[in-house]
Amino acid sequence: MTDVRHPLEDAVQLRLDVADRVRHMAGQHYVVRLTAPDGYRAQRSYSVASAPEDPLVELFVERLFEGEVSTFLADVVEPGDRLEVRGPIGGWFVWDGAMPALLVGGGTGVVPLVAMLRTARELGRTDLLRTAVSTRTLAELPYADELLRAGALVVTSREPHGARPAGRLTAADLAPLVEPGRTAYVCGSASFAEAASQLLVGIGVPAPDIRVERFGPSG
Amino acid sequence: MAGPTRGFLGRRRDRDPRLPPGQYDVGRDWPVLTAEPTPRIAPQTWSITVDGRVENPTAWTWDEAHRLPRSEYRGAIHCVTTWSKFDTWFAGVSVDTLLEAARPTADAHFVVATSKTGYTTNLPLEDVTGGRAWVVWEYDGGPLPVEHGGPVRLLVPHLYFWKSAKWVTRLTLLQRDQPGFWEQNGYHDRGDPWREQRYQGD
Repeated sequence: MTDVRHPLEDAVQLRLDVADRVRHMAGQHYVVRLTAPDGYRAQRSYSVASAPEDPLVELFVERLFEGEVSTFLADVVEPGDRLEVRGPIGGWFVWDGAMPALLVGGGTGVVPLVAMLRTARELGRTDLLRTAVSTRTLAELPYADELLRAGALVVTSREPHGARPAGRLTAADLAPLVEPGRTAYVCGSASFAEAASQLLVGIGVPAPDIRVERFGPSG
Repeated sequence: MAGPTRGFLGRRRDRDPRLPPGQYDVGRDWPVLTAEPTPRIAPQTWSITVDGRVENPTAWTWDEAHRLPRSEYRGAIHCVTTWSKFDTWFAGVSVDTLLEAARPTADAHFVVATSKTGYTTNLPLEDVTGGRAWVVWEYDGGPLPVEHGGPVRLLVPHLYFWKSAKWVTRLTLLQRDQPGFWEQNGYHDRGDPWREQRYQGD
């Protein structure tokens, strides 16, 4: 563990120096596995936020209430600790750095999308990506500054943002961002991912062009 | 294998013996994890087909499937993302009943289940026979909710739950194994939770 930060109240940003690392693709995840002295183990998957060229692997973990793994990562882990990780994993919710893509994220669901934005910057292909994210408040949005700098549409459901009143992501928000041949990557809670993917289907995006990553309350 | 993680004791000291290694009890929740938008499928337009290496390729409509002998599963389900859920109750028809009608040929050794969405998952034939697999449309006495695969999903509860294809519409018997969606995307070919067969190489 190289770096541990708490950019938000209930979250931790971890940067790891991974031995024998296999290069990842934006959108993939790592498994973090914790082992107690008696051999008891607990493991969870976390999306990678860093781009492939980053010498470290960056994970962003929301601290869930009573989350067995997330509370440990947020409260106990320090730089210098050794963690058992496995990855990169996943071959579906990945962006290859070449296809035009629409990124739609809710809350901590923006993390794999941040990896895609960083990858695009590395490649000089930020023109390929369009991004819309939803959060309750700007203060609760992971990587908020980075997303705003990348030109993401940021929708806040619990407070006004700019000229826009509080409200959820709508079809009208997404309609200008879609076009034929553009793959959509939707990531967020089960309810956000369901709502956002149905919005996309509703404005004519073919279901096979929509890749969804949902996460539930998984500690 | 790494040693203990500094400072980690773990919470759940009384581990339920029904929990496979690396799993935790999710309680009353039932997380939804799918890679695609949820399709809306009217039961009247749904059907289940058994084809491939069978003597008698057969399709059943919603009504026809409901006239087959009812079969239930009560017990645990296990998701590769590490949650397990106990005391679930599903009802539908046993895959054995469908295979009895379709009559697999002697060289049929594998099955690919295909969903209305195009999702696929592969299984050895012996994992869907002998009362270990169902095609289900009821959960907890009510219709199977759409986000959990309704109107009809496959249920293979002794394997990780990605094998239990949501919105299943076809079972194709094959001579040779043919990796499905997650199996092509880094996940284990068989997915036995008791052997922790999560990812390729496990």
